[in-house]
Amino acid sequence: MTTTSDAPKAGFRPSQLIYDTRYRSLTIQVIAFIALMLGLSWLVSNTIANLSALGKDFDFGFLGQRAGYDINQRLIEYDSASSHGRAALVGILNTLLIAVLGCALATVVGVLAGVLRLSKNWLVAKLMAVYVEGFRNIPVLLWILLVFALMTEATPQPRDFREGGDASMILGDTIAITNRGVFIPAPFWGAGAGILLAVFLVSLVAIFFWRRYAHRTQEQTGRILPIGWGTLGLLIVPTAVAFLALGMTSGRVTQPVLATGATEGMTLTDYAASQQTINACAVPFSTESLNLRRLMRSQEIRFNYVAVEDAAGALAALEAGNCNVLSLPASVDLATVPAGAVALSDTIRRGMPVEFERPVLGGFNFEGGLQLRNSLIALWLALSLYTGAFIAENVRGGILSVSKGQTEAAYALGIKPSRTMRLVILPQALRVIIPPMISQYLNLTKNSSLAIAVGYMDVRSTLGGITINQTGKELEGMLLLGLFYLVTSLVISSAMNLYNASVKLKER
Amino acid sequence: MKKSVLFGALTVTGLVAGAAQAATLDDVKERGELNCGVVTGLAGFGAPDANGVWEGFDVAVCRAVAAAVLGDPTAVNFVPTTGQTRFTALASGEIDMLARNTTWTFSRDTDLKFDFAGVNYYDGQGFIVPTALGVSSAKDLDGATVCIQTGTTTELNLADFFRNNNISYEPVPVETNAEAQQQYLAGACDAYTTDASGLAATRATFENPGEHVILPEIISKEPLGPLVRHGDNEWGDIVRWTLNALIAAEEFGVTSANVNELAAAPGTNPEVNRLLGTEGELGAMIGLENEWAKNAIAAGGNYGEIFEKNIGENTPIGLARGLNAQWTNGGLIYAPPFR
Ligand SMILES: N[C@@H](CCC(=O)N[C@@H](CS)C(=O)NCC(=O)O)C(=O)O
Repeated sequence: MTTTSDAPKAGFRPSQLIYDTRYRSLTIQVIAFIALMLGLSWLVSNTIANLSALGKDFDFGFLGQRAGYDINQRLIEYDSASSHGRAALVGILNTLLIAVLGCALATVVGVLAGVLRLSKNWLVAKLMAVYVEGFRNIPVLLWILLVFALMTEATPQPRDFREGGDASMILGDTIAITNRGVFIPAPFWGAGAGILLAVFLVSLVAIFFWRRYAHRTQEQTGRILPIGWGTLGLLIVPTAVAFLALGMTSGRVTQPVLATGATEGMTLTDYAASQQTINACAVPFSTESLNLRRLMRSQEIRFNYVAVEDAAGALAALEAGNCNVLSLPASVDLATVPAGAVALSDTIRRGMPVEFERPVLGGFNFEGGLQLRNSLIALWLALSLYTGAFIAENVRGGILSVSKGQTEAAYALGIKPSRTMRLVILPQALRVIIPPMISQYLNLTKNSSLAIAVGYMDVRSTLGGITINQTGKELEGMLLLGLFYLVTSLVISSAMNLYNASVKLKER
Repeated sequence: MKKSVLFGALTVTGLVAGAAQAATLDDVKERGELNCGVVTGLAGFGAPDANGVWEGFDVAVCRAVAAAVLGDPTAVNFVPTTGQTRFTALASGEIDMLARNTTWTFSRDTDLKFDFAGVNYYDGQGFIVPTALGVSSAKDLDGATVCIQTGTTTELNLADFFRNNNISYEPVPVETNAEAQQQYLAGACDAYTTDASGLAATRATFENPGEHVILPEIISKEPLGPLVRHGDNEWGDIVRWTLNALIAAEEFGVTSANVNELAAAPGTNPEVNRLLGTEGELGAMIGLENEWAKNAIAAGGNYGEIFEKNIGENTPIGLARGLNAQWTNGGLIYAPPFR
């Protein structure tokens, strides 16, 4: 009989790896791990073997090569002579732009629709239900194409805006809606723009402190300060005062227009007639460039625009002969202007701290202003409305998760319905709403790669499309693309998780 | 031990992968069908007709190769590709050959690892604009919005053209010819640019072709031709010489009408005899039946017949032979000798 309670000292036997529960799970894990590694190594070696069979190598050198193609929507400087890497960056910024715009609009739409779907007004509640179900149950690609088709087919062409055409600009001739996009006024920054911005930032800080002060006063004394009005006042008044003050000092100040090879006191028209081409140096989006352009346009002079960094850059470009016309603020010592450049009789206004350039009809298209292309608008609206429908459901679920007693208690205390929602319900609902919201933001960002359907130049279209096609670097391009989406998604979810941590139920 | 298993796996997969690359001919024969990449739809060059049967100038090349290899011009599986997907489709083996107005360029031939089997259409890039715009030259297009198919050589030429002429434009990227046509007709772009042949084909499908002009400037050289993967030379030879057979057939007066008669017994022209397999063993040299060329020519006729039937002057596309005439008529179409 071997009924000793002592475990047999026989030591470790290989069969224990299978029959002994202490080791079995370990065995299974090791086997699974080996199988996984073998699978992976098979994939990698297969890829390497196939690439070499095709005679292709694996390297990222193509990112430094000349891209050769143009991109219509660029947030940074780019032209066809730039590298594939830069084209990828342009695409990345376009993707991020649509992601940010989309997430913002989707949140607004979603929260509104979610709250309104619970409205006691039958019509409003049903309308919201139709919106949510309609958008949730139809593929987003169809919505994108639909909005795009509407934007291109149902809007007038730029040439319909000419005299005799049947289209006209709206809002006092500042906005043009065409089948190539919506043209809106573009801001230009002039002297004192920095001060203006500083004033604005300071008033934002002031608003923060004002709200905190108001809250504390209410908590301590029960007195309710006019938070809304105070915020609005702080937001507008200091900036407006600064704008007017700065405008008084610099707005009407004129400055000379300098041209090389001109005679003193010549008019711009005469000078233009004497030259083959007019190349004007200007700092992009400065009021000087705007006013120079306005001057040229008013005299119907065609000119090329040479972008420079600052006044010094402009002088250097003039010296090098890259441009023959420029304008400088009076503060620049005219002695530093290279010989041969003289002042024309025309002058321009220095300009306000911010001025807006309206789009005007040019040869083929609207010129000036900002162009929001149809591809951007279609993608933005469709993605936001689609994702907004999901967010609406999250919001509705979140609100319903707060017990009805809370509302009743608030009403019993005499709190207004809107305040009840804002101060009692939403703060509690947020902890339910936020986590699924993260995945909606991620969805929207990834869905933005449908951009190709409407020709929006996102990173999938530049790096993952044209670049791959021109260089044949499918694997490298797709890896980079995957990496970009991975990193973006991780950043979004960690940022949202931080926010979630700040609103979730805190247990003490 | 582990290491040797790993290396074993590596070598095995290496071998398998290597073997899968070559012998496209065997794959096609085994499959009994040729996978041929074509356009998504371009009148005259490649589009399904009312019955869903693919037809066109490029499609005819696919049919000729299928006839030469399998003896059956209908044994083709047509795979529509866009400017962007075509190269991946070919490189990955999804298609055996690509016959889709693709320009022969240095980097496609070398860096992208393809082999062009020849040129079946000598083309150049042009612009089409509505007559109402009053534009008479491409240089007047300063500031215009231009529709352009992405992933093409035309995209690069366009950038270079505007850059060299120091004028600006706004590109509107589109995926397919059909999309470009829709955008252009809706006026979302002022001009559409692509190969001049493609412009003619596109214009032919417009409701009012007369309201659009193709501008006189041809801004590039676009030699279009069928291509295969680099590395499988036997397969490359088959496609190359099938195209040459069609071209030579026109030169020697072999047509779809008389090819059966000429192939029945040796005639007086020894080159025709070798081509049609009544003399010599040319077919065996490329691993095909001896009547391979006869089958290819019988499929849709010789080069000239294919041209006239699909895109010639009597079709709505209405393209003149121009550069694409036989060398004997002052054109560039020229097949090396069959011997
Ligand atoms: N030859 C140029 C352009 C080829 C191209 O994309 N052509 C257009 C218009 S001619 C086409 O075939 N489109 C048909 C389609 O979209 O499927 C190239 O090889 O890059």
